[in-house]
Amino acid sequence: MSTATVAVAAQLQEKPVKSRLTRQRIRYAWLFVTPMLVVLALVAGWPLFRTIWFSFTDANLSDLQVAEFVGFDNYVYLLSDPEWWNAVWNTVKFAAISVTLETILGLGIALALDAHFRGRGLLRAAVLIPWAIPTVVSAQMWGWMFHDVFGVINHMLMALHLISKPIAWTASPDTALVAVIIVDVWKTTPFMALLLLAGLQMLPGECYESAKVDGIHPFKVFWKITLPLLKPALMVAVIFRVLDAMRIFDLIYVMSGNNKDTMSMSVYSRQQLVDFQDVGYGSAAATLLFLIIAAFTVVYLTLSRVGRED
Amino acid sequence: MAAITMRHVKKSFGPVDVIKGVDLDIKDKEFVVFVGPSGCGKSTLLRLVAGLEDISSGQMLFDGKQVNDIPPAERGIAMVFQSYALYPHMSVYDNMAFGLKLANVGQGGIDERVRKAAGILQIEHLLDRKPKQLSGGQRQRVAIGRAIVRDPKVFLFDEPLSNLDAALRVQMRIEIAKLHRQLAATMIYVTHDQVEAMTLASRIVVLNAGHVEQFGSPLELYHHPQNLFVAGFIGSPKMNFLEGEVASVSGNAVTIQLATGETVVAPIAAQSAQKGQAVTLGLRPEHLLEGGGADSQLTGQVMTVEHLGGETFIYLDRGQPEPMVLKTEGNSRAKVGDTMPVGVPAGACYLFDHEGQAFDRQAMAA
Repeated sequence: MSTATVAVAAQLQEKPVKSRLTRQRIRYAWLFVTPMLVVLALVAGWPLFRTIWFSFTDANLSDLQVAEFVGFDNYVYLLSDPEWWNAVWNTVKFAAISVTLETILGLGIALALDAHFRGRGLLRAAVLIPWAIPTVVSAQMWGWMFHDVFGVINHMLMALHLISKPIAWTASPDTALVAVIIVDVWKTTPFMALLLLAGLQMLPGECYESAKVDGIHPFKVFWKITLPLLKPALMVAVIFRVLDAMRIFDLIYVMSGNNKDTMSMSVYSRQQLVDFQDVGYGSAAATLLFLIIAAFTVVYLTLSRVGRED
Repeated sequence: MAAITMRHVKKSFGPVDVIKGVDLDIKDKEFVVFVGPSGCGKSTLLRLVAGLEDISSGQMLFDGKQVNDIPPAERGIAMVFQSYALYPHMSVYDNMAFGLKLANVGQGGIDERVRKAAGILQIEHLLDRKPKQLSGGQRQRVAIGRAIVRDPKVFLFDEPLSNLDAALRVQMRIEIAKLHRQLAATMIYVTHDQVEAMTLASRIVVLNAGHVEQFGSPLELYHHPQNLFVAGFIGSPKMNFLEGEVASVSGNAVTIQLATGETVVAPIAAQSAQKGQAVTLGLRPEHLLEGGGADSQLTGQVMTVEHLGGETFIYLDRGQPEPMVLKTEGNSRAKVGDTMPVGVPAGACYLFDHEGQAFDRQAMAA
């Protein structure tokens, strides 16, 4: 073996040398990605970092400068506060029930809209209206509809003799969360339907014709073909909705304010941070909410990836 | 097993007439190929047989029984789709068994049928795989296997080989022919590839713009095309069409004066032909003789020479819009620019009237 080949062999064993073209491509990649990283750091990274930092202090809204480091005191207190756990439980109940209903209804609507009929395009656009209305507007609108004295819902239920006396929908502990869930389902089902409709339209049409020639019952086609093939789209739609529902704030705050029966984790944080001026404690609640959502996302994505590998 | 009869079958999608009155008698155990250019309605006609589309008017009969309103599942058919239509999330075994689970076949019966079909198609070793782990040819076998397990009276194939590469296509073509002999079922096969049509069919239906141009055996279509369309569609390279007029008619031959001034004598008993009538002379590239020396002679200048190894295509410029193509042996020495005489054997002539209808070549043995 000549010395030249030895040198080449030695070089090959080391890390492969990147060609000029590769280095240039890497430089360009950084050039294009950097502006986005800077913007993200400013609008997402910095506020997140500040919130986490405040959560370890006794900062007060009246004067943020005099905050002192208090370690995990805020968290210790938070985890022992029954009101916080009440908010967690409300949020979980809200997310589980509303996302389940939205998924079932959304899938039904998506299947209906996937059929061929006249005026389909118009109907698809019309279905989106509840989703297009700003939440504050629809929450206020539903708030009036649910009004115990003047609300149209009590009026209709009375006229149909389904109830004998008006219900204080958003105030009564028995119905407040139900009212909020009804409005969220009304508002968000179209979003679910549209995501699932897009998924349905990706499915291979010839599979359905083949099932038709084979005489397979439509229910079986749905369970054995549509649902498994739609699973990826369904998983994405559900995680979008769950993450949204866990952070729910505007709808609940507009409809029932700081009512204990409907208070979500976000509403709790806002109350501590703004109403009680306790920035440190409120930030701890917000940080915990962030961690819960992050943990949920990681678990969900891991589980769905495991399912895909079989 | 089933015979299929169509009576004045029509199909329109809104204002568009796709099938404009088709009459066909497909015999039991026959292998019939629907062939035609894209958009001719061949796939639609197959879907009408399957019941995936409703017939607009006319009658569809299976063994003499009207099936117009019978859903696909009750027609006793199985269909193989162009894209295979395999269920991507199921194993090969489940793909094949899926359609059976409802058909009142016991679990043992299902297993037996799936394994038997897999044996016929030599895919036993693939039964546990998912479709995406298979090659195109293997997927096609699974799609055919799914049809076989249902033990149908009629097999329908919708361009099943068009997604495969050339070599695999030839191989699968031979296997489908073998399958037809083994299963002895009626098969209807749609393709735009005339080689598939010629090699597979007991009889070919040539479709054009929603109606049947001709229905006959492959050699019948080759030797006795009823019109210009069929003559041009069957055969590769395409038949040469030369414009001309009838110069004289005798008892069993017609002399044609071509637009280029040359004359060709065609031994066709065209009693109906009249002197001066405009006609089209059809000559197949493979019947023309390089270098002349036959009953009639034409000339042209060599434009292009294509050497395919075993054979050579020579394109001749004769001052007409279309070049004349001549197919000759592989070692032809023709060169671009040569003026070449071409021999036209009398028996090679096809003759069509001004409406494109063929004069009878019956006198010439098929």
